[in-house]
Formats: sequence, structure tokens, C-alpha cells
Amino acid sequence: MTETVIHPTIENRPNAFTQAEIGWTPWLQPLDEADLTERHWAGLVDASRAKSPYFMLLVRDPDILQARTKTDKDIFYNVSAGLPRAERELAATAASRANGCIFCASVHSRFASHHSKRTDDVQHLLDDGLQADLGSRWNAVVEVSAALTATPSQFGANEIVRLREEGLDDLEIADVIHGAAFFNWANRLMLSLGEPTPAA
Amino acid sequence: MTLQTRDVIDFLAGINPGSDLDGLRAHRPETRLNAQKSYEALFEPEHWGSVTPAERFAVAAFVAGLHKAPEIANFYSSKLRDEAHGPELVAVIDAELEAGDTTGPYGYYPAGPLSSEDRPGLVYEVSVESRKLLDLKLSAALEHSHLLVFRPREASAAALQKLLDAGWTTTGIVTLSQLVAFLAFQIRVVTGLKALAASSADVGRVAQA
Repeated sequence: MTETVIHPTIENRPNAFTQAEIGWTPWLQPLDEADLTERHWAGLVDASRAKSPYFMLLVRDPDILQARTKTDKDIFYNVSAGLPRAERELAATAASRANGCIFCASVHSRFASHHSKRTDDVQHLLDDGLQADLGSRWNAVVEVSAALTATPSQFGANEIVRLREEGLDDLEIADVIHGAAFFNWANRLMLSLGEPTPAA
Repeated sequence: MTLQTRDVIDFLAGINPGSDLDGLRAHRPETRLNAQKSYEALFEPEHWGSVTPAERFAVAAFVAGLHKAPEIANFYSSKLRDEAHGPELVAVIDAELEAGDTTGPYGYYPAGPLSSEDRPGLVYEVSVESRKLLDLKLSAALEHSHLLVFRPREASAAALQKLLDAGWTTTGIVTLSQLVAFLAFQIRVVTGLKALAASSADVGRVAQA
């Protein structure tokens, strides 16, 4: 089988951060549903992900996809305790804004807006970047997420103090760390395996 | 892969059984378990496929070194040492870490409104000397890893073509990408939890919810 790169022809490529429902197209050939074995289906975790070109490309290595997917779900959807979902999504959006992942930021800014009802503040972060004034608690989450996102990471004692000053306990602080850290994983995959496409 | 394998994040962050951080991580068992399974899928897989142990450990040592995380870099380079030509590869990685040293994220955005935020930076290439000691596939992997670590917004289809030209398969590129991206996560979780543990030690025991 010839291994080839895909060079999509895209008009009006997204070139700014947005909360709109933009798409994503891969630069490498995903698997076909017909190619999937039991191990691949286990890797996808949710059968509906077989409709996603992103997950059908990642499923080429099914074991890491499965573990990654379960890690993601626990970090963002396990809200019985710890940081509210809105602020986990804010951490994800801040990391994505710092790394420059327009697609990741579009999805997670929408989730942050949905869960917080602070759509204008979220848009402010997208438009003006990491220095946008979103009020002290959100500023702390954004700045700490950006510090963790830097390479080498700039996250240390000051960042813990910052979050403690806003009333976050250790579990909530750990949730900020995991949310921002996970998007350092997600951003690098979405940015390097394909590109965003315009909203329908 | 044995059931006795210690959780790697616990090991790298210095989290001992019964400690406050151990108790904290116990509140998120699925995250703890699946972060560990992610590590095992990449570094202790049932099938290595087209990406060899040496390639995986070399890239990991390089990525951790670029993050200035010496204990994590040593963790992976010690595994590299056990492979054929391990010590030579460790020496080459160390040399390339000096050449690749920089800070990020940086890079050019797609032309448009974000161009005012463009931040140019190092477009890393493996040195002439090191190229003689590494095969084409590993050289290409180090260059792609540096891009992913520091300037993923500059990634492109052309960058993937370079990997294919160097002998990577499509599936191998997926593995390589997951490996670098996972390390970007693992290193930050360790960094964050170590900072939290250090501050908790200062403050005293965390109030139970």
C-alpha cells in the first residue's frame, strides 16, 4: 500500500480563534470502518467515533487511543467532585489559545461558554489572548494554564498560591493541572495530523 | 507488562503510598489508571509495530530533555541505554538537546488576523555530525518531535511527507505523534503534581471534602 499525505483544497481556511462549529480534515489516510478489528473498536471506545476522520486516523494505534480517550473522559466529564466543568474547559481553552490550536479552542470555548453562560468573557479570551481580563478567578485559571503550557513549563509554587488565593482546594488545583496538561496532548495531535475547515 | 509495575507518574513525581498526593490521585482512579495505560501502550506495548523500542526511548529522552525535565529524561534515556548502541544514542541525544535548546510555544500562524501574534523561532535540524550516527528515520523523528514540542502551530502536511520520505509508515507516524503528545501531558502532570505536593507539605494536611 502506498503511504501518502493528503493535501486538502480548502477555501476560507479558519485563521482566527472562534466559537463557531468549524470542522477538521486529516493529512494522512484514516482507516475505513471495514478495516476495523475488535481491537480497533475497543480503541475507539465509543462506536460513534467511527464517523470521525480524526479518531479513524488515530485508531491506527488502537491501544494508545483507548487509554487516551478514557483519560480525557475522566479529566473532563467526572464532575461529581472537584473543579466545575466550565473551568476545566476554560483551562483547555487557555492551553489551546497558548499553543495556537484554532480547532481545539473552538470546541472547548463553546463548552466553556455553555457551562458558564459567560460567552462574552470566553470570546474576550479568544479575541485578545491570555492577557484578557476575565475577572480574578478566571484570570488565575488562564494564567496558570498558560504557565503549565510553556516549554519548559513555568508552573511552580507561585501558580499554586495563585489558585489557592482564589479559593481552589487541592483537588480543584489538580483538575486545572490535568485539564491544561491534557490539552497539551490534544493540541499537538490536532495541529499536526490535519487542519481546520470552515463552519458549514 | 506486569501488574507490579509502579505507576510512572507517581514514581516521577515522588508520590509515595499514603501521602497526601496519593490520596488526591485516589479521587481520580480512572485518570490515574489510564494515564498509566497510556504510558504502557507507548513504551511497553504488546506489539512494537514499525516503531522500535530504541526509536521510542530516544524520542522520549529528547522530548523530556527539551522540556528541561532531567529526571524524566533520565528515566527514558536509561531505557535507551539497554538497547543496541544505547550509550552512543544517549550521547547523540545529549548533543542534539544542546542544539535544540529553546523556549516555546512559538511559530507563525496562518496569514490573517493572528499574524500580529506570530513569534518566529528555531526551525531545528539534526546536526551534520549526528546525522552520520543516526539513521534517516530517527533523524526525521527528532526534527518532527522538536516541531511538535515547540511550534505545533507550524505543523503541515509537508512535515508529515518528510517522515514518510524517511521511512515512517502512516501508522508509525500516528504512534510517534501520540508518543510526543503524551509526553507533553505526562511531563506537565508530573510538574504540576510536584508543585502541589511541595506546597501541601508547607501548608499542612488538606481539609477533607
